Amino acid sequence: MTVKLKVDRISLSFGGIKALRDIAFEVKEGEILAVIGPNGAGKTSLINSVNGFYHPQQGGIYLEGRNIINVPPYRRAKLGISRTFQNIALYTNATVLENLMAARHIHMHATNMLTGAIFWGAAQREEIEHRRRVEEIIEFLEMESIRKSRVGALSYGLRKRVELGRALALEPTLLLLDEPMAGMNIEEKEDMARFILDIHERQGTTIMLIEHDIGLVMDISHRIVVLDFGEKIGEGTPAEIRKNDRVIKAYLGQE
Amino acid sequence: MAANIRPAGVFDTQYEQDISLNRTRSDKWWTYGVFAALLLIPLLTVDGPLGLSIIPSFWIGLIVRIAIYAIAVQGLNILMGYTGQISLGHAAFMGVGAYSAALIARNFDLPFWIVVPLAAMFTGLVGLLFGLPSLRVKGFYLAMATLAAQFIIPWVLRYPLEPLTNGSRPLEVPDPTFFGISFAPQAAMYYIIIPLAVLLFLAARNIIRTRIGRAFISVRDNDLAAELLGINVFSYKLQAFFLSSLYAGIAGALWAFDTQSLSIDKFQLNLSIEFLAMLVIGGAGFPLGAIFGVTFVNLLSQYIIPSLSTTLKVILPVLLPFIGIANIEAALSPILFGLAIAIFLVIEPRGIAYRWEILKIAWKIRPYSY
Repeated sequence: MTVKLKVDRISLSFGGIKALRDIAFEVKEGEILAVIGPNGAGKTSLINSVNGFYHPQQGGIYLEGRNIINVPPYRRAKLGISRTFQNIALYTNATVLENLMAARHIHMHATNMLTGAIFWGAAQREEIEHRRRVEEIIEFLEMESIRKSRVGALSYGLRKRVELGRALALEPTLLLLDEPMAGMNIEEKEDMARFILDIHERQGTTIMLIEHDIGLVMDISHRIVVLDFGEKIGEGTPAEIRKNDRVIKAYLGQE
Repeated sequence: MAANIRPAGVFDTQYEQDISLNRTRSDKWWTYGVFAALLLIPLLTVDGPLGLSIIPSFWIGLIVRIAIYAIAVQGLNILMGYTGQISLGHAAFMGVGAYSAALIARNFDLPFWIVVPLAAMFTGLVGLLFGLPSLRVKGFYLAMATLAAQFIIPWVLRYPLEPLTNGSRPLEVPDPTFFGISFAPQAAMYYIIIPLAVLLFLAARNIIRTRIGRAFISVRDNDLAAELLGINVFSYKLQAFFLSSLYAGIAGALWAFDTQSLSIDKFQLNLSIEFLAMLVIGGAGFPLGAIFGVTFVNLLSQYIIPSLSTTLKVILPVLLPFIGIANIEAALSPILFGLAIAIFLVIEPRGIAYRWEILKIAWKIRPYSY
């Protein structure tokens, strides 16, 4: 299998605090990789580095063999990286539909200031074409009934789903999910797990996710990377992680 | 708030219908009706072909002024209401538009329909230049940076460019011409400016509801998330500055041709703040916010406040004999104006346009409540 993302010995510090120390691992094309670890282990810092919000002082990040460490976040989106946030970052005053349409930005090319101002013609055709794509995502995530609801008025679980939808609207090849199931009830978690597996199966999207629910992580991920205090303390298949002594000690708890 | 709510029984079967601005027959009737009514107004004045005096003729000038201001404020709406970048230099940009239009018309003898776009483009570029600090600073700090434009531009017009602009003395603007025909009379200007304003509002509305507008709104609501969606935040801030100044430039150019005599004193900080007040009162980030704001503030300052202060001048000495009316007479209208705006913002902080949207929805879904 080819390597989709290679994190090559990155170190990130904020002043005296070392958020990430010499982290290195690979994400293979078409796999679901989970990053786990206690609070403050550096999981979100890792995703922020991959996505471009943070700039590791050392090391490199390779997307399909190309070093993207100096590529700004908005260009990384064009390269196929998309993400969700731990504390949902949707546009709460806009509707679900508008949020998803905003995420079609990088795929729309016919609309510029002039054609947009005129609207009839190129811009309208493009709006409709992309509306179709967005509607496919809405259907996939079973959000038909809320497509015109204001996001601010939706429940937490639904907002998480809308944010996943927005990330999908970018048509990413690498999807980063930061705690997609945090704060959800069992039913919502199962729905989300089903969506993640469906995305993986239908589109072959490579997925890297952070999650605290160990049982769920063991069920859906192919491989797991474990962080603790900014260091990688384990990597392997769920079965291997279960037997890893350091991981058990640091994270899963010792009897 | 669901933006495009439908009356009971209207179902969209095509995406064209779902994204259209005028979906129902009554939507169309209202839109075209208001436009037709605007075009009819000059015909009903004494100066009209029928010589009727149903509508007082000073309305023509008033509506033209409101339209020009509304174009400028709509520019500010794009920048502030939709993109979330506060600007305190909008009046200066309008000044750039006015003076560049005047200078082009004076020196090159070009027709109106070439002068206005040229002046607008030039103003857009100047706005782009003063938008550069938005790369680094946000919010109030950006407001301070745009304040620099508000002080630099009038100074440049007054002193270094004095040979061209007449400095502090008024600058005469030639008659606007259209294919060799001069149309200085107020009614002719009316028929140029009103359709132009309507077109500019439609263009802004269309930009806002397509790709660029969604990028603007993304930058306003959450610039980190915007980056993540592949939106180049800085580029869109600059585009908003450009577009906003373009509108200010058009407003300025129209102002120049309408008044035919320019003075730098017109485009000072107080006008920038007035624009800001108009936008906030009308509803920043709403399509009709600019029109509502400009109309309301104009009516307030020109009709409501003067009549109120005349009344107060009679009543106050009786009620509060100790304050001495002579001392506060001059301050009465600014006080009343400030008071009115404060009261207004407490009652409806999101602006008139927000109330209007709610009313519209209530009307469409009647007799049901939701």
